[in-house]
Amino acid sequence: MSLLNPISLLSVSNIGISFGGIHAVDGVTFETSAGQIFSIIGPNGAGKTTLFNLISGVYRAESGIVMLGGEDVSTLPPEALAARGLARTFQNLQIFFRMSALENVMVGAHVHEKRRALSHLFGLPSTARENRGTRDAAMALLERLHLAGVTNRSAGSLSYGQLKRLEIARALASRPKILLLDEPAAGCNPTETAEIDEIIVEVAKSGVAIVLVEHDMKLVMGVSDRVLVLTQGRMLIEGTPEEVTNAPEVIEAYLGTGLPTMEASHD
Amino acid sequence: MARLINNRWAELALVTGLIVLAGLLLPSNYYFRVGALVLISAIAAVGLNLLLGFAGQVSLGHAGFVGIGAYAVALLPTHWGVPTLASIFLGAAFSGVLALAIGRPILRLKGHFLAVATLGLGILVAMVLTNEARITGGPDGMPVPRLELLGTRIRAPEAWYWIAGGTLIISIVFAQNLLNSSTGRALRALHDSEVAARAAGINVARVKGIVFSISAVYASISGSLLALLNGHITPDTASFLNSIELVTMVVLGGMGSLVGSLVGAAVLVILPQALTVFHEYEHLLLGSFIIAIMIFLRDGIVPTLRKALLERKAPEDRV
Amino acid sequence: MLAQFLQFTMSGLTVGAVYAIVGLGFTIIYNASGVLNFAQGEFVMIGGMVTVFAVAAGVPLPLAILLAIAVAAIVGVALHRLAIEPAKDASPVVLIIITIGGALVIRGIAQIVFDKQLHKLPGFSGDTPVNFMGASILPQALWVLGGSALIVTLVTLFFAKTMIGKAVLATAANRLAAQLVGVNTSVILAISFALSATIGAIAGILVTPITFTNYEVGTMLALKGFAALVLGGLGSPAGAILGGMVLGLCESLSAGYLSSTYKDAFAFLVMIAVLLVMPSGLLGKPSAERV
Repeated sequence: MSLLNPISLLSVSNIGISFGGIHAVDGVTFETSAGQIFSIIGPNGAGKTTLFNLISGVYRAESGIVMLGGEDVSTLPPEALAARGLARTFQNLQIFFRMSALENVMVGAHVHEKRRALSHLFGLPSTARENRGTRDAAMALLERLHLAGVTNRSAGSLSYGQLKRLEIARALASRPKILLLDEPAAGCNPTETAEIDEIIVEVAKSGVAIVLVEHDMKLVMGVSDRVLVLTQGRMLIEGTPEEVTNAPEVIEAYLGTGLPTMEASHD
Repeated sequence: MARLINNRWAELALVTGLIVLAGLLLPSNYYFRVGALVLISAIAAVGLNLLLGFAGQVSLGHAGFVGIGAYAVALLPTHWGVPTLASIFLGAAFSGVLALAIGRPILRLKGHFLAVATLGLGILVAMVLTNEARITGGPDGMPVPRLELLGTRIRAPEAWYWIAGGTLIISIVFAQNLLNSSTGRALRALHDSEVAARAAGINVARVKGIVFSISAVYASISGSLLALLNGHITPDTASFLNSIELVTMVVLGGMGSLVGSLVGAAVLVILPQALTVFHEYEHLLLGSFIIAIMIFLRDGIVPTLRKALLERKAPEDRV
Repeated sequence: MLAQFLQFTMSGLTVGAVYAIVGLGFTIIYNASGVLNFAQGEFVMIGGMVTVFAVAAGVPLPLAILLAIAVAAIVGVALHRLAIEPAKDASPVVLIIITIGGALVIRGIAQIVFDKQLHKLPGFSGDTPVNFMGASILPQALWVLGGSALIVTLVTLFFAKTMIGKAVLATAANRLAAQLVGVNTSVILAISFALSATIGAIAGILVTPITFTNYEVGTMLALKGFAALVLGGLGSPAGAILGGMVLGLCESLSAGYLSSTYKDAFAFLVMIAVLLVMPSGLLGKPSAERV
């Protein structure tokens, strides 16, 4: 992967932001392309979630550029990025708790639905058709994420593991080109983690560029094409999983105890 | 899907049933008048519920739009000879556009801004209505020309009861349509998490603007009907206290429950009627009642009842 | 020209001081409990009305003032105990409605105990205007400005120097932590309501000789105080005071130079314009959402 790779879907160059004088993210550069799984790891407070918020437009970068499919999107708001094919999940669950599981996923398809409030109000046949299409697609996603049993349950009544998968289903409902997953397996048991693992690989195979923040090293090293290590907002190293695991600076940074201990330092 | 349809038709059947049953039982013109008032207030409450209960945005000046609708059917026919029916639509259109114009810049901001802006708007409308006495009649208000349909003047409270009932049912159907659409899902989503809604591609400011505008249209139509029922209108229609009454109807009946809006309207309209005997104590009793109900039924009447019924029916299903 | 401007400015500062005090009262309660108390204007009404009726019943003015403050403080505590505390976990909208219900109750009682007439008090130092650079200024306006400045100073000292004041601040910062270090947060919240009612009542007493009072002046005052609060920046005491002053000035200058009928409208328009440019208000801190 060269930096000039014309097929890179997402490229981040020299991006940075500071809060109250502290550089939360500083000079981070990477790029990723369709079908690739790109992971970002690092200890708590390394700036992983902040980096996600910068890429997805929640924060506006103070320096650097984010390119999506060759377009500079550094100053665009989240909804504009979603329209360009970027979807994300949240580390601290951002679920629509008053809606059913099905409706949560249906909201994910918003970018593909018509913005015709008046025909929605009058309940024209086109709206009913649109609803049916969105609903069917959402049902299929719920099934794929093993949530078919809770379709009509209120999201507020689901378990943590179910909500984690619900967020993934909602993000997938937008049929994204780039998917940012913020700790999708956090708080999940080994079986659930394996399921999520499988889904991530499957989605990547379908041509989606995936950017993953995750604490579960087994998952990260198993599925990733490239890994970026972040400490104190800066890049320590970026490379293949092997390169990263064997890099002396990584081993040194973690006092020779190796990466897997980071698992213990959950947020 | 089946559940969705079930809920929707159940809601509609319940409201229609209540309107028809009450319509058959009401004994006199006085009761029909009170009944019509309940239904007319419920139209505004349903609209406000879309904004407050479903989208979670507080408006403290919705009576301003009620006032616009009310004065539309008083001013336009009186001064410019516009037919009453057309005046209702013109008032509603004006309210909707005004709400969009105000909402667009304000709704970009977070927090209490909509509350403050609508507060200002409500006060402004009441002020204009009071001060432009030359055309509005000032604080004493003005008469409202009666609605003529097919050559007959409609003034019987009973007729207004059925007109208001029909309008309320249509209002609820439209609200249901909206809620079961992409726009409706968007407005409910932003209530729970704006950041996730935006990440899903929802233009939060736009959706808030739309629902604010729709709720303004509901309030305006309710105001027009109110003016036509009463045959006389004063700037009090647009007062802060009326805005608060509307908010109370929504919260009391249950935020996010369309049937609740009818129940809330019924309580808040009938209670002061019952209290007119204690005229001196009206403020005191109304205030105490609001406090008590908010403390003991804070989820609102309909959601509380629904929860109680569900738990009774299927205690093992509780989640 | 200058004299006229001075005149408008002076009357703007006078009403602005009252809005500032109401806004400050809002802030004290909001910071301590997260409640936006729309009954805030009623404390101002109680201050004015109780003093008027006590004086009319032959009570000497200083005693009447103390009585009015005491009544307001008791009403404030009662509002907290009977209406806010039983519903403390309710949503912000519900709490706002409860305080509006409280305002209705207070107004209803005032209507029964007192009457529906407009009342005024004689100025504390007479009602003869003083000439200042061509503008005629009521001595009572100086009482209002001086009194408000004193209130602000005392409130600031209360929070900075006294144990109770510090406990209120601690409760505002973190209720659970305050409880853990032994602060009785329920008492603290009651104190904030009493304090807020007290300063509201004092403002009401000071301003009654100028603006008159009746049982329903509270609504508009609460709205203006709330506007002052949002204009200045929610949660910032200095912001509420600044916001109140700006609001008062806008009102009086627009009444003087543009149209007195729509002075309230101008005040709200200015406020909305400011918010569009500075969404966190004049002195509020921008908040970053953590996701």
